[in-house]
This record gives sequence, structure tokens and C-alpha cells, in this order.
Amino acid sequence: MELNRRKFLGLTGTALGATALGKPGRAQAARAYQPPPDAYGCLVDLSVCVGCRKCEQACNQVNHLAEPERPFDDLTVLDAKRRPGPEAFTVINRHYTGRRDERNQLAPTFVKVQCMHCQDPACASACIVGALSKKPNGAVHYDVSKCIGCRYCMVACPFQIPAYEYHDPLTPRVRKCTFCFERISQEGGKPGCAQVCPVEAITFGKRSELIKLAKQKMADDPGRYQPTIYGEKEVGGTSWLYISREPFAKLGFQNLPQRPMPHLTETIQHGVFAYMWAPLSLFALLGGAMAVFNRRRDQGEGDK
Amino acid sequence: MSAHSHAAPLQGRARFWSPGALVMAALAVIGFLFVLGRYTGGLGAVSHLSQSHPWGLWIGVDVASGVALAAGGFTTAALAHIFGRHAYEPVVRPALLTALLGYVFVSLALLVDIGRSWAIWKPMVFWNPNSVLFEVAMCVMIYTAVLHAEFLPVVAERFQKGFGASLANRSWPVVAVAELLEGLLAFLNRNLSKVMWLFIIAGVVLSCMHQSGLGSLLLIAPTKMSPLWYTPILPLLFLTSAIAVGFPIVVFENTLVSASFELEDEMDILSRMVRITIVLLGIYGALKIGDVIYRGAWPLIFDGSTQGRAFMVEVLVGVVIPWLMLLFPAVRNHRTPLFIAACLIVGGVVINRINVFLVAYQPPYPVQSYFPSVGEMAITAGFIATLMLAYRFTVYFFPVLSPAGKEAN
Repeated sequence: MELNRRKFLGLTGTALGATALGKPGRAQAARAYQPPPDAYGCLVDLSVCVGCRKCEQACNQVNHLAEPERPFDDLTVLDAKRRPGPEAFTVINRHYTGRRDERNQLAPTFVKVQCMHCQDPACASACIVGALSKKPNGAVHYDVSKCIGCRYCMVACPFQIPAYEYHDPLTPRVRKCTFCFERISQEGGKPGCAQVCPVEAITFGKRSELIKLAKQKMADDPGRYQPTIYGEKEVGGTSWLYISREPFAKLGFQNLPQRPMPHLTETIQHGVFAYMWAPLSLFALLGGAMAVFNRRRDQGEGDK
Repeated sequence: MSAHSHAAPLQGRARFWSPGALVMAALAVIGFLFVLGRYTGGLGAVSHLSQSHPWGLWIGVDVASGVALAAGGFTTAALAHIFGRHAYEPVVRPALLTALLGYVFVSLALLVDIGRSWAIWKPMVFWNPNSVLFEVAMCVMIYTAVLHAEFLPVVAERFQKGFGASLANRSWPVVAVAELLEGLLAFLNRNLSKVMWLFIIAGVVLSCMHQSGLGSLLLIAPTKMSPLWYTPILPLLFLTSAIAVGFPIVVFENTLVSASFELEDEMDILSRMVRITIVLLGIYGALKIGDVIYRGAWPLIFDGSTQGRAFMVEVLVGVVIPWLMLLFPAVRNHRTPLFIAACLIVGGVVINRINVFLVAYQPPYPVQSYFPSVGEMAITAGFIATLMLAYRFTVYFFPVLSPAGKEAN
């Protein structure tokens, strides 16, 4: 009886595809992923950044990227909004929010953009071969030796970060901020950008410590900061954290859900494929149907 | 399965190089030239793919629509072999062939689309069971192998009398190789036929898995998808639409083939078949419309946006109108209106896949909007043309179609 019921559930399960949605308890259990507890992070204090582009330059050197068309001390680059790309893993954008400084000039706010190194990264969940993975030190690491170039990571990333070498015919790579994986794997190592920042807008450290630090800064200087830490809860948390004087929505930050992006797909996936119960049940059911229908035919001959 | 088939090669009944076939050959050559461009200049040289739009026409049409339109294979196999409706036997082989060629061409299209074509085997070694794409890839790969097994009886039947006279004047190594192949084919056919039922059921199960899996792909990008299409039941919608389009694609293909080779069509079978489509398409339509109302996303249909209009066209032209048409016996029993209804359903599924993968996808920081390039369109057209030529070639030399009427007399 139990078996029959399970077979039945199996059919509906596969047929519905999204069966696990109805059973969140089981599905939660199916998703065992835990973000690394001791991850590093970077806290960016946007109220401090002066937009000097030294971090871009350091990133370029540390990662051996190509020389840009316009030099890093050319600040007119900031006149247009940019996105990270295959040859620039981080960019600074200038935003005017309407705030005026003490001389009544429109005051700019500079925002550093790079891979956020999510705690529960959509790209790593999506990657067909596991070329992208979240490391215990916090970095979302790209292993080019596994990559097949399907670009599903780019589809999955809510921050639109992974960039692709579209003009390489045979060995294109997915390119993004590496969190200076090699450097931070060494004792005392810091990402190039955090090391170089002349105004100490970027603080490198344990993510949990950085959240404490951010809250300390807010408490020490009431009214200076927005009351949220961007990246603390967004998409399940990110290793890069931001605090700001201006509302994040005015600075090109998206309003993102707190739930990790892979939640739904992995819930469905592991709900349907746990012990292959759904495919096997469907197989059994169809086999049964086939036996019944063909016996009926052999006995009666003719279809109708 | 081969025992009760009246399928025969069309060789001798018609010309292979019809004007249509020549046009297809030309399109295939043009497409191939652009493929060369892709392998010398990279994806960027022939496509409008960008950092904000990593997936384009090839994923939406060649892959997603290609897989959906191969659904005729598993739906007819289920109908005739699993549910024992053997009257539908004559359309199983052509549907199987369409599916087989469809999957082969999906794989080839993927080969062009992925950046590192030579690494396409890597998912077999590096598994990521969290990835929906991994599941889809595995199912598609295994199902393609299953389709080859299911198609083997057709090849065996073709060569059952051996190569015969064609070998009369050949030297002994040629004869030896030919005999070896014959023996192998006969051996495989004999033994596979005993376990063919396993393959047939596996084919249906694998299809259900990856057809729905294809719909799960974009569930990982909730913030980038228009709410008109982003729904947790997207896998279910993909599965039900694939099942619903299975018989219309058989009608579509059957009508084209019988027109092209001047065969008698199989209207009696097709008319009966599409009665089932009324139910299947009805289920899909009800789910689709019910879902958008239940989630409260329906006002977006009428907001005047491109997405709203695309959704409206998809549902009206691809689902509602053909469904209403099929309700009338006058449509079901006559070749031209039935063909039109089938075209609408097939087109509706293609529009749906394009909508889900391209129109619904709205990146937060658009670098440039996406519209397929000439190169992308040429390669897609080239693939479709090659597929049709391969189909023509196979039915010409292998017993796939059952040319009724004339043959019987």
C-alpha cells in the first residue's frame, strides 16, 4: 500500500516538476549548504572614498590585466557609468544624489563595483561543472580548467558580474574579481585594492568582525550613515559589505531579496532527485501501464 | 516494433534534390560559413551576445525550442507503445527520427554556443548536482543515446537483406567489412529488441525530467526575470507545453513531408491524434493563464510594454486560438486548417521559449539591448536547413515513412 502511494506520488512528483514546493520541510533538509563560517570580507565605507581609482590600478597590476586605453589617473573616465569587464575586475562609478557640500556644490559619491563574493553564490550553484565554488576563506573561486564556457553563471549572477571573453575563439574565460585568492590565502595577505586604498575606505578582515565594525561606526557617528549594511543580508549575505551616507538605491545598488538565489532551484532539484525517487517511480508506473495495455491488446487484439 | 510496420524508403518514388532541398543546402552552406567565423573570431565576431545578455537566439531557439519540438518522439512512443494505441504506429518512426535529429542538432548548436567547444565532455567528469543545467545536460545526453537505440531497428531493417548486389564486384576487404557491419547490426537488433521496452520507458522518463528541467534553468535568476514568466511552476509549464506540442509537431512534419514527396497524408490518424491535443493543450493553457492570474502578474500584460505584448501574442496566438480551432471537427478533419492550427501551436511554443529565455530576461545593468545578429540568424537557419536535409536523406534511404495507399495497391 505504502509502495503504491509512493509510486503515485512519484508520478505526480515528476509530472509536477515543482513538487518539493509543497513540502518545504523535506526540501529544507535536502538543501544542506552552509556558508563558510569563517569567511573573509571587505567593508567599503562609501562616505570616505574619494574616487581616486588607485584600487582599479592595483587590481590591474595584481591580476596582470591589460593596460587600459585611458590611464588610471584620468578621472574623466568617471563621467560615464561603467561595469566590470574581462579586463577590469573592479570599477569606480561616480553618483550624484543631490546632496550638496559645505560650499553648496553637488557632492559626488563614489561606488566601487566588483564581484560581491556571495555567501551562497548563484553562479556556483548554476555552474554545470562546478568551475565556480565558494572557498572557506570567502572567495568565490573560478577554476578555468573545468569551465566549458556555457555562461550560465552570467545568467545566474544577480549582480551581473561575471564577464566573458567574447572575442577568444577557443579558450575564452569567465572573468571577475578573484578576491585576490592567492594573496588572502597567505598569512596577512590582503586584496590589492584594500591594500592600496589611500583613504582606507576598504577594510579587509573576517566578515563577522566587519559587520561589528560597521555597526560600531554607525553608533560612533550618529546620523552619518544609512542604517543598513548592504551585503549583510542581501541574497543570503555577501563577503563585500558597504556602508553609506546616501541611500543605496540612489547609488546603483539593487534592492535584492534576502533569500539566497539558489534556494528554489536546489529545492526542486534535490526534492525531485533525492534517491532518484521521482524518475524511478515514473519508470515503474509507465512499466506497469505498458504491461497492462499490451496484455489487454494481446488478449483482445485491436486497439479500440 | 519493426514487425508490424509498413515503412519503406522513398528512394525511387521522388527526386532527392527538389528545389526546396536546394534552398536548404544553400542555407546550410551560408550557416557553415558563419560557424567558421565563430571559430576564428570568437562568439563576439558573429553574435550580439554581451556581458549583460550572455544567452541569445541560439539558446532560445536552437536549444530550448529544439528540445521542446523534439517532444513528438517521446509522446508518440508513449501513445503507441506504452499505452498500446498501435493504430498510431505509422507516425512513431518519423516522430522518432525528428526527435533523434532534433537532439543531435541541439548538441551541435550547443557546441557552437559554448565558448570552449572542445571541453563539452567535461560535465561527464566534473559533476555539480546542484546545477539544473547539469541535470538537463545529463538527461539530454542519455536520451540522445536512447533515441539512437530506439532508431536502430530502422537501420537494421534497411540492411536486413545485406548489401547484396552492391558488393558483387568489390574486393574482399570491402566485403569483409560489410559483412562484419551486417553481423553487428543484426546482433544488436536481435538483442536490443528484447529490452526495447526499457529504452522506450526510459525515453519518456528522461524527456519528462529534462523538459521540466529546462524550465527550471531561469528560476535561479528571480530578480532578472519579468514576473509574467517567472513562476515556481515554470518547470511544470515547460513539461506540459512540451507534451502538448508533441502531436502538433507530428502533424506539422507529416504535412510538410507528404507535400514535399507527394505522398498521401495520414489524415485519419492525425485527426484522431489531435483530439488528445485538445486535452493536453487545454491543461497547459489553463495552468499558464491560471498561474499568471493567481500570482497577480496579469496587469503587466496590459501595461503597453514589449513584455506585455509578447505575453499576449504567446498566449493568444500560440494557445487560445489554436485550441479553439481544434474544437471544430471541420478543422481537425481537413488538411489545411489542421496544418494552420498545428503551426500556431508549434510557433506558440517557440515564442514561449524565446520569451522565457530572451524577452523575460531583463538584466539590472543593461550594457546594450539584445537583438540577434545576422550571423546568429544565419547559423540558426543553417542548422534548421541541415536538419531538414538530414531528415530528407534518412526517409529517402531508410524505412521511416509508411507511404500509404499507393504502396498497398
